[in-house]
Amino acid sequence: MEKKIRVPLFHLAKREELSKKKKFIIRIIAIVAALLLCALLTALATGINPLEVYGSLVGGAFGSVRKTWITLQDLSILLLISVALTPAFTMKFWNIGGEGQVLVGGLATAACMILLENKIPSVLIMLVSFIAAVLAGALWGLIPAVCKAKWNTNETLMTLMMNYIATQLVSFFVIIWEVPKGSGKIGIINQNSHDGWMVQLFGSKYMLCIVVSAVVTVFMYIYLNYSKHGYEIQVVGQSINTAKYVGINISKVIIRTMLLSGALCGLAGMLLVGSINHTITTTIAGGQGFTAVMVSWMAKFNPFTMIPCAFLIVFMNRGAGEIATNFGLNPSFADIMTGIILFFIIGCEFFINYSIKFRKMSGGRS
Amino acid sequence: MTGFLSFIPRAVGQGIPLLFGCTGEIITEKSGNLNLGIPGVMYVGAISGVIGSFFYENSVGEGSMNAFLAIMIPVLCSLLGSFLMGMLYCFLTVTLRANQNVTGLAMTTFGVGFGNFFGGSLIKLSNLDVPTIALSKTSSYFSATLPFAKNLGWFGEIFLSYGFLAYLAIIVAVAAAMIIKKTRVGLHLRAVGESPATADAMGINVTAYKYFATVLGCMIAGLGGLYYVMDYASGVWSNDAFGDRGWLAIALVIFTIWRADIGILASILFGGLYILYLYIPTGMEHMELKELYKMIPYVVTIIVLIVTSMRNRREDQPPASLGLNYFREER
Repeated sequence: MEKKIRVPLFHLAKREELSKKKKFIIRIIAIVAALLLCALLTALATGINPLEVYGSLVGGAFGSVRKTWITLQDLSILLLISVALTPAFTMKFWNIGGEGQVLVGGLATAACMILLENKIPSVLIMLVSFIAAVLAGALWGLIPAVCKAKWNTNETLMTLMMNYIATQLVSFFVIIWEVPKGSGKIGIINQNSHDGWMVQLFGSKYMLCIVVSAVVTVFMYIYLNYSKHGYEIQVVGQSINTAKYVGINISKVIIRTMLLSGALCGLAGMLLVGSINHTITTTIAGGQGFTAVMVSWMAKFNPFTMIPCAFLIVFMNRGAGEIATNFGLNPSFADIMTGIILFFIIGCEFFINYSIKFRKMSGGRS
Repeated sequence: MTGFLSFIPRAVGQGIPLLFGCTGEIITEKSGNLNLGIPGVMYVGAISGVIGSFFYENSVGEGSMNAFLAIMIPVLCSLLGSFLMGMLYCFLTVTLRANQNVTGLAMTTFGVGFGNFFGGSLIKLSNLDVPTIALSKTSSYFSATLPFAKNLGWFGEIFLSYGFLAYLAIIVAVAAAMIIKKTRVGLHLRAVGESPATADAMGINVTAYKYFATVLGCMIAGLGGLYYVMDYASGVWSNDAFGDRGWLAIALVIFTIWRADIGILASILFGGLYILYLYIPTGMEHMELKELYKMIPYVVTIIVLIVTSMRNRREDQPPASLGLNYFREER
């Protein structure tokens, strides 16, 4: 008697590397699907025509010259933080403490601006606050890195907890420096003297952030792909055992990479305080330390790919924020939209890595 | 003594949301899924319950509310909300095998945004004429205690002054600990978390276990959000009030070395640390010190993290496949 063999309706198989073009198309389809869903939800929440939603989104991000500049500035900060976190992720060190590293960088800058006002020339304050911010950020990255290197402490939770310590540190100093007493906030620092306010490049107050993040992005691409350090990071990320075998000092790589990662986050904090807001609050990083994790991952740790990824997030954020404001809705609307886009992008990776093979209709035996 | 007497119930009240979150995450992590979306899930659990009871309270009016419905509607809505979040996480990480860290963070962004959006816009969206979301009537059902608890002095104050969800949290934690440790289902669950390939070869349905544990874990965690808003916060929703408790719950999982029974005491301890700053005298001229005292729970967590990693005992280790997705054909 012939034995019947059950063949499942479909099974999954790991794909060979897809061509760049196909990967690109899959991702575009995912983003378009996400945007369709977002428009539908916006239409439901606000009652406007779904097609108009896109107009409002573009209007929110690029509606005026000023809005365009702010969009670009937001993009540059998010890009800078994403790029800063990237070397750590490349070696599979899940640094979700970008938020805290940015905050302490900002706090260091604010401290320099407040304490050194009228004591030394403004240019020197800038220089000192640059050094202080970078060192503060680096220190915040160093602590979890040392624990990871020495005792293999869970870095995800440790960096996370460091965020809250940074937040409390900021609120501690905000109360010490608050103007006026009892208001619970600092207000614009050095409003009259402008001491320590970062320089304007090309006559625009937005250019400094854009230039800095562009330079850092290019630097990071070269550092990761064409330097010995970058090579070591890649090896540690892919296989600890291989790294040990070829004689890479893993502890050293972890500590060095986190120093760099934290320092660049501190730099982002300096820009946020010294160049953009001229004040410090506990929410000045605005959750970008977390968003940056996702941007970095979406871009597959390639600094240049992070530009469109960060742009997509910033664009949705500003666009959806504008829609929410216009309709008297809560600005968290933007977070929902960002979440939906992320889910689609996360999900579409499956179709890049795996293929679904359906059962052949004829025969049924294999 | 009176200070201490008032401290304990408040510490427990702060600890219960952490306990729900911690128990849920322990069950989830035992299946090898590291769900960093718990903070978002807890927000969704809270706001889903709020939405349910908001419409119930406003449709029947405060006078004619039925105690059974007033409790069941928010609880079921909350469970449904966190169930859907759990399914989303599982679909992305188990079925589509996406990176668990990134999926979790995206869920947190989405969930916190979802909570704050509906918390801030519910009144506007529903076109009802009410000033704020204050579900005091529903909350009174949630925080109802045994009628004779007040007559029992300090005993009643420390042990009987909580709403039913607090006791549910402890029951769930004990049950989770027993099931994971003592039963066959628990054994299979641990096998899936330690070595999914071995479990698969044994004939355990890895996908089903991962789905079931993660979704159940999310539903339990969601109740923590519901407890917070309905009982602790007296039914008043304010945006971002729930704060970072979800992250603390995840940290507690490591603190308790993946044991739900230890979680009961640990979460009350953390609840105490969370409000300790209110009890440390600073004087009026040094209010800023309070901000430093608020660091205590996080500093303690970090110390615990470092100490457990330094001791490095085999039985204190996370499930071996934690954070890794399982694909049968990948060897």
